[in-house]
Amino acid sequence: MSLLGEDIVTEDGEFVINIGPQHPSTHGVLHLKVWLDGETIKRIQPHLGYIHRSIEKMSESLSYRNFIYATSRMDYLSAHINNQACALCVEKGLQVEVPERAKAIRILMAELTRLSSHQLWWGCTGLDLGAVTPFFYAFRERESIMAIMEETCGARLTQNYCVPGGVMYDIHPNFRNRVKDTLKQIRSKFNEYEEILTGNVIFEQRTKGVGYISAEDAISFGCTGPTARGSGVSCDVRKLFPYDGYEKLQFKEILEQGGDCYARYMVRMAEMKQSVFIIEQLIDNIPEGEFQAKTKMVLKLPKGEFYQRVETARGELGVYIVSDGAASPYRIKYRSPNFSNLSALERMATGTKIGDLVAIMSTIDLVIPDVDR
Amino acid sequence: MFLKEYFGSIYRSARSLLKGMKLTGYYFTHPKEIQTEEYPDNRATLTMFDRFKGEVTMPHNENNEHRCTGCQACEIACPNGTIKIITKQELQPDGKKKKAIDTFVYHLELCTMCNMCVLACPSDAIVMGQSFEHSVYDKRQLKKVLNQPGSKIMEGVE
Ligand code: SF4
Ligand code: SF4
Repeated sequence: MSLLGEDIVTEDGEFVINIGPQHPSTHGVLHLKVWLDGETIKRIQPHLGYIHRSIEKMSESLSYRNFIYATSRMDYLSAHINNQACALCVEKGLQVEVPERAKAIRILMAELTRLSSHQLWWGCTGLDLGAVTPFFYAFRERESIMAIMEETCGARLTQNYCVPGGVMYDIHPNFRNRVKDTLKQIRSKFNEYEEILTGNVIFEQRTKGVGYISAEDAISFGCTGPTARGSGVSCDVRKLFPYDGYEKLQFKEILEQGGDCYARYMVRMAEMKQSVFIIEQLIDNIPEGEFQAKTKMVLKLPKGEFYQRVETARGELGVYIVSDGAASPYRIKYRSPNFSNLSALERMATGTKIGDLVAIMSTIDLVIPDVDR
Repeated sequence: MFLKEYFGSIYRSARSLLKGMKLTGYYFTHPKEIQTEEYPDNRATLTMFDRFKGEVTMPHNENNEHRCTGCQACEIACPNGTIKIITKQELQPDGKKKKAIDTFVYHLELCTMCNMCVLACPSDAIVMGQSFEHSVYDKRQLKKVLNQPGSKIMEGVE
């Protein structure tokens, strides 16, 4: 029998299996080819491209206003932050000044997105490790955030709320109250999260010491976000390269030194609290004024190259635009956090048991459409 | 010493499990805390948010008039080629010919609900509708004509 033109059992007696592309624990169409010695993982090879939609190439034929919507479909759990990155990059090229109100709204939405993304991740991590209940509890709080998004942006996931120069429309009159209610609800549920999963003996034994990656390796693989911060690498773009007024806000960059699944888990749990803290600072202080700067009908970036990085829920997203002065980009490149984080999977999982692979994958928090784009 | 640690770990493990069970037990016995909506049983009372982007619609008034001039700005603004505007030349009362809309073709299957067309329209002829149950058995049903048959442009819209 051969599989992809190779033998199932290699000459060294290693057993080759395919996990995915249709597997519930790979969170999307990720295909992993795994070489096993008994139960121990010897090698992992991710096969990509199952959900490649050519967003970068497609953007070359769209105007600077229109290409932004497509980025919602990359990392769909951080859709707003992706849109924000593109809008910021275009604004950098146009050199427009974004009104303070728009900046505040953007940050609020970005932190709500991060919160909802981490909540979904928390639920899925529980599910992957065999606990079904957290999934439903996480979705309960996430639903309130989705309602905020739906009310103000008009969509739950693919918001397309950021436009070059600000946001698409002003916040809904009900926005403040709804956010405050949601925050109250979420804050009261944090200890539920801790109770049901963090201290659980099964969970601890499946994550502590599993999937270790050192800080040096995390850097050399280009890991960002909670994946790298779990190994003690300081890489929060919001702190190091502040955008949209993050420099004026108080928040901590969460670092854990463990480098294992449990450390990555703790980073995200603490980040949720930081996001709540950021929203609390802003929600009563949204400046008055315009929600969008005046921009021309047809946007044209000057000749040159523009780069903007933001911190999505999964790490650093970079948007690189090359412009030749026309109304649509000459070339767009996205540096997506998941692609780099996925590359570290082999280092984390080699030598562990196959059952731990699921734990490792879920604490990297992969979103496959962002890997393929 | 070893025994103490051994039993200690059993105690801690059992406690952590019971802690989680207590929480699930609480929600099991308090069904009021459940927040799920029973779709589709609640269809009659379900209202979407007014900004919800469900599909592009063209509102008509009671005289079957719309505000669309056929300027094609929405067609140009759409990133997906969802909208096709077919125009015609209409004879004005003063004898002059004027561009007017013949058919507004909207391919729902291509639409990503990005709202760019609504923003681009200079005469506010199209808005986002709140319907979301778009499933059909035949793909051809997703191609819609938004201007109603026999409709014409509202008085005073340029
Ligand atoms: S909502 Fe977006 S995709 Fe749909 S018709 Fe309008 S511009 Fe096109
Ligand atoms: S809907 Fe608006 S933008 Fe589109 S053709 Fe009619 S008037 Fe022009």
